[in-house]
Amino acid sequence: MNSIQQLFQKKEKNVLSIYFTSGYPNLKDTIEVISQLEKSGVDFIEVGLPYSDPLADGPTIQDSSQVALQNGINLDIIFEQLLSIKNTNKTPLVLMGYLNQMLKYGEEKFCQKIVDCGIDTVILPDLPMIEFENHYKALFEKYGITNVFLITPHTSEERIRKIDSYTNAFIYVVASASITGAKGDISNNQVAYFERIKNMNLQSKLIIGFGISDKQTFTTACNYANGTIIGSAFIKHLGNNGVERIDNFIKPIIS
Amino acid sequence: MKFQPSKDGYYGQFGGAFIPELLYPNVKELEDNYLTILESEAFQTEYKDLLQHYVGRPSPLYLAKRLSEKYGATIYLKREDLNHTGAHKVNNTIGQILVAKHLGKTKIIAETGAGQHGVATATVCALMGLECTVFMGEIDIKRQAPNVARMKMLGAKVVAATSGSKTLKDATNEAIRYWIQHPDTYYLIGSVVGPHPYPDMVARLQAVISEEMKAQLKAQTGNENPDTIIACVGGGSNAAGAFYHYLEDENVELVAVEAAGLGVNSGESAATSQLGEVGVIHGSKTILMQDEYGQIVEPYSISAGLDYPGVGPLHAFLHETKRAKFLNATDKEALTAAYELTKIEGIIPALESAHALAVLPKMKFKKDQVVVVNLSGRGDKDLETYINNLEK
Repeated sequence: MNSIQQLFQKKEKNVLSIYFTSGYPNLKDTIEVISQLEKSGVDFIEVGLPYSDPLADGPTIQDSSQVALQNGINLDIIFEQLLSIKNTNKTPLVLMGYLNQMLKYGEEKFCQKIVDCGIDTVILPDLPMIEFENHYKALFEKYGITNVFLITPHTSEERIRKIDSYTNAFIYVVASASITGAKGDISNNQVAYFERIKNMNLQSKLIIGFGISDKQTFTTACNYANGTIIGSAFIKHLGNNGVERIDNFIKPIIS
Repeated sequence: MKFQPSKDGYYGQFGGAFIPELLYPNVKELEDNYLTILESEAFQTEYKDLLQHYVGRPSPLYLAKRLSEKYGATIYLKREDLNHTGAHKVNNTIGQILVAKHLGKTKIIAETGAGQHGVATATVCALMGLECTVFMGEIDIKRQAPNVARMKMLGAKVVAATSGSKTLKDATNEAIRYWIQHPDTYYLIGSVVGPHPYPDMVARLQAVISEEMKAQLKAQTGNENPDTIIACVGGGSNAAGAFYHYLEDENVELVAVEAAGLGVNSGESAATSQLGEVGVIHGSKTILMQDEYGQIVEPYSISAGLDYPGVGPLHAFLHETKRAKFLNATDKEALTAAYELTKIEGIIPALESAHALAVLPKMKFKKDQVVVVNLSGRGDKDLETYINNLEK
């Protein structure tokens, strides 16, 4: 059983996950951000691997990635940082990056490093299902790593069912046709889409992301899924307040 | 057919469709329909009619006598510069706009480097009455001002890409990000790059170049095969078009010329085949310039159209299998070649095409060797660069 499955055994509803960009706002902030998020009561943490050309991310996360890269962050430093908190951090970590980072680093080496850091779940938004089936399923299974797939309002039922069969963590329900950080309320169309997915009775847990930014959107989304991921809104908070006041962002959402 | 893509869009290990789930329906719709559309009689009739009466094809195959004399070979120029809008790009945009119409799309987005593809897209959108948005790097907007003005006059909205190197790669990122947010739009890609089926579709649409070349060479020399074809490669669409009908005929030497910028090892270069490694960029697995952690390295070339950190997957395969010889030319060599062609043949080439011409002095030819240089575009858009460097 992986770390996310264990989490869901303990808590099935109102799960809050936070995405942050490693190496942002400062090179060495990764450990402190994780520690503060854990103390604030976040259920699992998505560790972003900054990338030069992030296609699925909006301006907020892209800018934070550029800052992190300018700070000198790279995969070796990230793995070193994560390894240093392996025994103290109790909150499940999920890695989110782009396929080219893993390709260049070396697929086996990348997987081994993740496992060494105690991580068993990855999100690679530009890894499509067909490539996963043909090239990565066996590799990830070898290392006990689960790949989280994204679904959108346009993903067919057939694909969702297939994704469901491949996932041992959760399905990332992209709230709308958007890049990350698109802000606004949850519309009736989105609610209809969430209900459709909920009614499919999938074996996987559902986490809604993209456009979730505050207590209101968190609460609404949690009516239709096991929890949500907040990214851009948190990155903005980090950018404005640094690592000291993470509590001020998290507490109003989960209280 | 070694150089045709597999069902999943692979040329050997290169190609595929590495796209976020959000784009899956769009790309799948295109993949499921593009061949049927391209091969349909209705498409072929309209495409050929537009190429002849709107674009002005066939483009001439011109025996450049003074250039031939200078380099001791029989050198022909395939005059893509004489196409409407001034470059080979329009062959593809005419084709794709018809594909978009067949798919019922009404809004078009595109990326552009030098602006030639942007102008060609804005042109066909004007022709068909479709809404057009073109993404262009902020730096390219400055260095290709005449093309920006043309696009605007043609009714297109030009959006500046302000991230990264503010050039073609970033314009492509922005176009893809916009596409994710507006899945009802048709993304009219300008080169043999991007997720499958774009590389194959664009190559098929540009294949009109080599198809004509065959007939023209037969008529002019008695033999439809040249000994050598030379074309510049950024993403690689003009080269794919010039090589297409000769890919399987290994007697024809194919020469791809990349932009070396200030020199291949200067740190300011776009010579992807020399500096790149296998990776994924803009939806396809290919060779790309990247650092040890897979971050994409910003390329450099004086030519906005060649300023791209990758090449199309077909070209990566041609490089890997050594089917094509990959050479490169520096900014300086390209400028020299452009001034030379202007002086001895009265043709001002695009800076991109000048890179192809710039390898002529580096190659050894036999007197009767038939060489075709694909003159992909005209140099009007580059006049400011030419004038500035002439004065130096």
